[in-house]
Amino acid sequence: MPQHWIYCDLRFNNSDQWRIKVDNLSAEAPGFIVSRLSDAVAWARKYSIFVYPFVTACCGMEYMSAASGHYDMDRFGAGLPRFSPRQADVLLVVGTISHKIAPILRRVYDQMCEPKWVVAFGVCTCTGGFYDNYATVQGIDTIVPVDIYIPGCPPRPEAVLDGLMKLQTKIEHQKQILTGKS
Amino acid sequence: MTASTGNTETRNMLLNVGPSHPAMHGVIRLITELEGEKVVKVEAEIGYLHRAFEKSCENSSWTQAIPYTDRLNYVSPLINNFGYCGAVEKLLGIRITERCQYIRVIMGEISRITDHLTCIAASAMELGAMTAFLYLMKAREYLYEIIEEVTGARLTISYGRIGGVKGDFPAGLEERLETALIKTEKEIREVDKLLTRNRIFVDRTRDVGVLKREDAVSYAITGPLGRASGINYDVRKAFPYCVYDRVDFEVPLGERGDNYDRYIVRMEEMRQSIRIIRQCVRDLPGGPVNADANDKAIRSFDLVDQAKLGHTAGLVNASATVEPTLEGSERPFHERIMTADKKVSLPDKGNTYGNIEGLMNHFKLIMDSHGICPPAGDTYFAVEGANGELGFYVASNGKDRPYRVRVRPPCFFSMAGIHKMLEGYMVADIVATFGSINMIAGELDR
Repeated sequence: MPQHWIYCDLRFNNSDQWRIKVDNLSAEAPGFIVSRLSDAVAWARKYSIFVYPFVTACCGMEYMSAASGHYDMDRFGAGLPRFSPRQADVLLVVGTISHKIAPILRRVYDQMCEPKWVVAFGVCTCTGGFYDNYATVQGIDTIVPVDIYIPGCPPRPEAVLDGLMKLQTKIEHQKQILTGKS
Repeated sequence: MTASTGNTETRNMLLNVGPSHPAMHGVIRLITELEGEKVVKVEAEIGYLHRAFEKSCENSSWTQAIPYTDRLNYVSPLINNFGYCGAVEKLLGIRITERCQYIRVIMGEISRITDHLTCIAASAMELGAMTAFLYLMKAREYLYEIIEEVTGARLTISYGRIGGVKGDFPAGLEERLETALIKTEKEIREVDKLLTRNRIFVDRTRDVGVLKREDAVSYAITGPLGRASGINYDVRKAFPYCVYDRVDFEVPLGERGDNYDRYIVRMEEMRQSIRIIRQCVRDLPGGPVNADANDKAIRSFDLVDQAKLGHTAGLVNASATVEPTLEGSERPFHERIMTADKKVSLPDKGNTYGNIEGLMNHFKLIMDSHGICPPAGDTYFAVEGANGELGFYVASNGKDRPYRVRVRPPCFFSMAGIHKMLEGYMVADIVATFGSINMIAGELDR
């Protein structure tokens, strides 16, 4: 941080834009300040993941294991599932997606607010797995963009935690969009 | 539509519950018609997790169908495995070894406990009892560790084989199993204290979601759901398979058929399952594993290399040790757990890697259109799944692929009769009742 304290104020004004008001601006400061702010936002976003578990099948059992005491996803700041898409950051697609439920998955994804991420949990969501048949979607990336793929049928909780940490790294290093529009 | 009074018109409201709903573990859509807060009509739409199990089986060999059965009821995959294997064994007319029957009972009952733990945990969580959920998940983790040790996987285990099981118990499992059971019992006791006399829990479940005995019979509802309604039907007692006729256990029955009875029945069934496991471990034939069995053993890949070089003279009586991942399938264990029928069971790994007869036998069973070919005909075999009678109807035309595999999933029947349990109650009771039914979409939609 710079020597003197920088005061950042995020306000939501009428034009639906996030405005950043920075006091104590010097000549080179804007770029510097924005990047520091983006780091702070990245750090905050990384450790406050609110997941929407879209649980359909077998992988749900391992999701339950990963979420409860023994493996404890809460350690990574992803402990609180939100069952409303509007309140969730990460769409965790857990289990086989058939063609019948695919439109619902897409709808849930569309209802989520930016910034949002999608994790494909289990091999069925990654590629369709061994359900290579008429009923199963061959990978959810044909419907929604996927950020992290966790393979396994179902993945062990350790693999889930690994995927979660990879997602955190991704969130940390991506460009943080601070405006209302992406 | 109800009659209008004066200027105000009242209409029933249609409400979709699911298919993606927080309190719906599993994907199903309930189309409910509400009159105020009261549910007047329910229609269940299923099929959101249809994965073409039966069709996939027709396109795979008899053995390759086993992994698909894991994913039917993924909360208790071992029972599904053994049900399918039992059906094919019945078709083939082979008898599995005594030790294998005990192993199947032990593993099946562990699976039943995990299923009931998950069901009670999830339904308690949906009523707001997060603590009970965490406690029961902890207990499930102890049992998953045992399952992993035996089968190599936590959930989708593919442990059953036609004619036996994949491998024997690892050395010293009995003590670790006992420790896990004691820990599980402790958690069950804890949850019993938390829920059974809990005012909130009892108020939400007592006399809610009542399934009358007649309805349960007419919808062919079996398992804990049927037993809570007072139907004294348990496949383990009615048509004993494996060694269930030799073990001593009781079948708990409910009186009212409400959510609370279902909870009590499941809790008691877990205690009975623990009792069954203890008896089976005590009676498990075969004794301790002989540590000196591989006296002359060399590593399998060395054996193959030596044979390739033509150094076969010293190898006549040598047995090969196998990789750690194949533990339990060496010769001394293998004959205890697999049937002796060479047309069905793969040779032990020592033979497969060690001599040409074993290798040929292995390949004959593995190759396409050479594998297990049951005689033409069909049969039905049922086991007591965690949710009720889990039946497999298998038909063969003498080829190495099933002509037809049909499952009787217990959930399908409870979903057919779900409106009997939901209609007439409050909309908030949908969650409580649905949780106590323990619908598993994998076996429902197949």
